[in-house]
Amino acid sequence: MKSLNELNELKKKAQEYMNLREGKEIARVTVAMGTCGIAAGAREVLTAVMDEIKKRNLQQITVTQTSCPGRCSEEPIVIVEMDGQKVMYGKMDAEKARKMVVQHLVNKTICSEWVI
Amino acid sequence: MEFYRAHILICAGAGCISSNCLSVKSELEKQLKDQGLDKEIMVVKTGCIGTCDIGPVMIVYPEGVFYCNVQPEDVKEIVEEHILKGRPVKRLMYTVPTTKKVVEKVDEIDFLKGQTRIALRNCGVINPDRIEEYIARNGYAALGKVLTQMKPKEVIEEIKKSGLRGRGGGGFPTGLKWEFAAKSQSPQKYVVCNADEGDPGAFMDRSILEGDPHSIIEAMAIAGYAIGASQGYVYVRAEYPLAVERLGNAIEKAREFGFLGKNIFGSGFDFDLEIRVGAGAFVCGEETALMHSIEGRRGEPRPRPPFPAQKGLWGKPTLLNNVETYANIPPIILNGADWFTQYGTENSKGTKVFAVAGDINNTGLVEVPMGTTLREIIYDICGGIPEGKKFKAAQTGGPSGGCIPEEHLDIPIDYDSLKEIGSMMGSGGLIVMNEDNCMVDVARFFLEFTVDESCGKCTPCRVGTRRMLEILERITKGEGKEGDIELLERLAKNIKATALCGLGQTAPNPVLSTLRFFRDEYEAHIKDKICPAGICKNLLKFKINAEKCKGCGICAKICPVNAISKGEDGKYIIDNEKCIACGACAKKCPFDAIGKGA
Repeated sequence: MKSLNELNELKKKAQEYMNLREGKEIARVTVAMGTCGIAAGAREVLTAVMDEIKKRNLQQITVTQTSCPGRCSEEPIVIVEMDGQKVMYGKMDAEKARKMVVQHLVNKTICSEWVI
Repeated sequence: MEFYRAHILICAGAGCISSNCLSVKSELEKQLKDQGLDKEIMVVKTGCIGTCDIGPVMIVYPEGVFYCNVQPEDVKEIVEEHILKGRPVKRLMYTVPTTKKVVEKVDEIDFLKGQTRIALRNCGVINPDRIEEYIARNGYAALGKVLTQMKPKEVIEEIKKSGLRGRGGGGFPTGLKWEFAAKSQSPQKYVVCNADEGDPGAFMDRSILEGDPHSIIEAMAIAGYAIGASQGYVYVRAEYPLAVERLGNAIEKAREFGFLGKNIFGSGFDFDLEIRVGAGAFVCGEETALMHSIEGRRGEPRPRPPFPAQKGLWGKPTLLNNVETYANIPPIILNGADWFTQYGTENSKGTKVFAVAGDINNTGLVEVPMGTTLREIIYDICGGIPEGKKFKAAQTGGPSGGCIPEEHLDIPIDYDSLKEIGSMMGSGGLIVMNEDNCMVDVARFFLEFTVDESCGKCTPCRVGTRRMLEILERITKGEGKEGDIELLERLAKNIKATALCGLGQTAPNPVLSTLRFFRDEYEAHIKDKICPAGICKNLLKFKINAEKCKGCGICAKICPVNAISKGEDGKYIIDNEKCIACGACAKKCPFDAIGKGA
């Protein structure tokens, strides 16, 4: 260890994944994973969301899942919470999910065509 | 860096390991792999979370769901329901013993919510084998600050200002100790960590070493800089193999990252650490005996002065602190002495970790600000006494301390107030006892421990404690004599005044304090030959409650010595001359009419 800067660099990198345990988040993406959601392909949606976040190295975003929110015909459903706003997307697939990550989480514009 | 959507923390302190958490962990890893989740869920092995009696415990983040008593066969359900489908498993969550309420989140549990964690700040939060996680939580930032921005004198000033006192039991002001060691002139000095935690019931030092070993390494390096030492030793007892292993790993990692070794932070300061494993003698927790043991000699104390700060290891000035004391150092440096002094009482600043055990609902590690009352710890944080029994006393300070009866439950706990009522802080062992405990027997137990552990060098301790034990054994056997109490008191006074080291000087404390608060129990044993709590077997008298007795005669049939016969009124009675107090009749009585008692 040569300097404080070196330590701070290390710390910043290490903190990236400790944020999850300390409840620090800017946004929360919830994928509905009830039986209906899983049957409609929620698993692929979740994997796509995670992959896109990883690829773009987005920080302090929580990806979690919930059971059926009650609108089974709209599955797979993804709920995005950011800046005090809660948006529910329906009939998602892997491709839409990737676009949503870019538009909503990065560019901070809601993908209104998929909102339910 | 990989992106994980969830972290599953599994407590791998020695307590949870002995309740089989490692097979839970391997089952979890297998299930995650089977479900194809191993790339998105991280399994983290942490140090002690503190809830030792409900282990193995598991925390799932980001939700912070807390599972307890998790068995390998429960893991499949957790993975399939919670991790895959987002439905937390209710039946494995923590239930409050008193209200039966199910608590979902880790930060809603009274036991953890009621604590203020400074020394235990990282225990159960980070993986002790990953230095990165320690760094993420401000690890080694205090060392960096000290080496690049502070003079040794300023470090000592800050510690002095913080009011930190030795957490090993003595309560000596830490800053003063550092100053004495810094002022001693010598080209070679040493920093030593006392991790020879030997009090029955105390395990906070072990948990810190197991759960957050880097905090000790960092603090010792800071101490080395402050007093001008380049070499440190951690003296750990051999009974703590896991602590030795994790500390060993941590030292290696710290060397690799350059937090130990030459020219740390480019400041020109060199420091290195070695572990010394003790062979498990209680007396080696005494500082002079500990140093003898490190030198490879027999672990026996020597008279002080000279104090270690003047003449310690190999005759060189040596700074000795306890594990928990060191664990407080980095936060004090980082946040400042003023931050630290907001916790605690006038003369005892900061927090103290207690290892709570005995007749209590939630056993485990509890860190609270000094000045918290015993009642808050026992009833608010630890959930009270099980089975609706009554509190009788709490033993603090282990075999060197004393007991605190119910009337003192509301005194704020700090070094001075405990001393005032004849107990001591000690290392922080807190054994809670309910009404079923015989205080004479408790005193006998602790004295037996010190007799076993006396090194034998000085006569007051070697012979004196044994004489005291003999008297106590006699009393518990019903052979106590008039004058025994006075004899005990005289012996205790002499031993306290003349023993060579702390072990002997404090050995009579359990006897003196039980005599102070429960003298009537001693008198009942000696004069009336009864044990009011019904513990001392030789004094046990079983009795049949005539009101409850229905005269069925089962007791008479079961009695192996024919001590029970039918009375004139059709009820049964026990002949206490014949009775051997085996308790068989009380167990068999269908009407609960037989009890032990006075």
